[in-house]
Amino acid sequence: MAMPRTDAPRVGVLALQGDVREHVRALLAVGAHAVEVRRASDLDGVDGLVLPGGESTTIGRLLRVFDLLEPLRGAIVDGLPVFGSCAGMILLARDVLDGRPDQPLLGGLDVVVRRNAFGRQVDSFEAELDLAGVAGGPVRAVFIRAPWVEKVGDEVEVLGRVGDRTVAVRQDNVLATAFHPELTGDTRMHELFVDIVESAKPWKKTVEGMGRDR
Amino acid sequence: MSDGLTAPESAQPRRGPAPAAEVPGVGGTHVGTARVKRGMAEMLKGGVIMDVVTADHARIAEDAGAVAVMALERVPADIRVQGGVARMSDPEMIEGIIEAVSIPVMAKARIGHFVEAQVLQELGVDYVDESEVLTPADPHHHIDKWSFTVPFVCGATNLGEALRRIGEGAAMIRSKGEAGTGEVSNAVVHMRTIRGEIARLSALDPSELYSAAKELRAPYELVAEVARLGRLPVVLFTAGGIATPADAALMMQLGADGVFVGSGIFKSGDPARRARAIVEATTMYNHADVLAKVSRGLGEAMVGINASELEPAARFADRGW
Repeated sequence: MAMPRTDAPRVGVLALQGDVREHVRALLAVGAHAVEVRRASDLDGVDGLVLPGGESTTIGRLLRVFDLLEPLRGAIVDGLPVFGSCAGMILLARDVLDGRPDQPLLGGLDVVVRRNAFGRQVDSFEAELDLAGVAGGPVRAVFIRAPWVEKVGDEVEVLGRVGDRTVAVRQDNVLATAFHPELTGDTRMHELFVDIVESAKPWKKTVEGMGRDR
Repeated sequence: MSDGLTAPESAQPRRGPAPAAEVPGVGGTHVGTARVKRGMAEMLKGGVIMDVVTADHARIAEDAGAVAVMALERVPADIRVQGGVARMSDPEMIEGIIEAVSIPVMAKARIGHFVEAQVLQELGVDYVDESEVLTPADPHHHIDKWSFTVPFVCGATNLGEALRRIGEGAAMIRSKGEAGTGEVSNAVVHMRTIRGEIARLSALDPSELYSAAKELRAPYELVAEVARLGRLPVVLFTAGGIATPADAALMMQLGADGVFVGSGIFKSGDPARRARAIVEATTMYNHADVLAKVSRGLGEAMVGINASELEPAARFADRGW
């Protein structure tokens, strides 16, 4: 795989648990730098962040244990572009149904998400999905014990549905899917996210950082 | 371990009757595809799956940050002590565990016992472990795993064994180790063996892969795919004898995608605390400062058995082929 351009955006992938490697590959495939984020200091100089698929309860607990909860909440409030798939979508929600009561969330999206809404693993499925803002025909979407979006706020744009269930949303610089675009080799969602990262105002920390040209 | 760019679909050997597993659903959706089965294991990476025998255990595991629990009748250490035939757990117990937690629930079926697997699928279990820890039901045949909607994980001691299981439809592989001993050496040997054999395949000329397939006693298509990818086409976890946070981190540094812990947690002095520590060590497996911190004051580890002193008949890893 070709090395990303030196001026390509640096996108962090939260690497506490989940399918980190697949997101890293997809980001490299669309020409971004990918950085694994396990500690708050790993956030220095990133222009965007991906929250991968995984177990949202596990990731939530590890966010708390390794002191990432507040730094990430702060960064999202400050406008850091974020893309969450599946568990990542849950973490970005304002509220979660069928979660654990003590499950910490990052917020960033004015949505209510129902966890494991499509059922257990035997109900997991793939489907062709038309997505607003993604040209070139439908996306093959893989849903694994997937959530859906039950309520959306006024600021939230719905990008895609399965039947009448909302499964892809965007609010400003925050993007989320109930499915896993990182599993199929189709990198159009990651392209969309990197476009968002590139067009976002340079995020506060990077402006203060040294020697970074954009 | 899909590489994220190629659909794992291509790896599927298609033989015999069309599998019943891939069921077209409403609105053009498909359940039970290889991608959906293997994808589930991708989501567990970097996580710890804990053996539990009761709903209370399952809650402790979920609180500690387990990515899934494995329901079984007795933990391997007790199976060793008590002897007798070890089977699939009571469905009532499995349902109790499914009710108790929100994370995925796996359960064990005996090698070759496809009816136990049918029962587990019916119960809504998220993954079936066709496990050498239980008493094998068929000395010759493993379960035809393509014919199920529920995905399977299987144990392996070497690459050939891993590929035979994937050829039968396994969507996730784990090292066998030597379960119920609290002794990690067998897991280390199995992981090093699998990784070493993969590295060797990658260095071969394509024309040499046919003979390699013969030596590995594995399907040629899978051998060629492993040589090309430089890894298994599915997730590779470790299991068998992991008892401490350092054990978990050791296996992660040796290239495991995640960790199964069997007797190591609930046969120790302070299960909740040890469970949390193993979860944190699995995430921060490369950070010695965190490992030093989480390894402190965990109370007693499970009493171990030296795996090299086991009689051949007592070795679980030799079950299956």
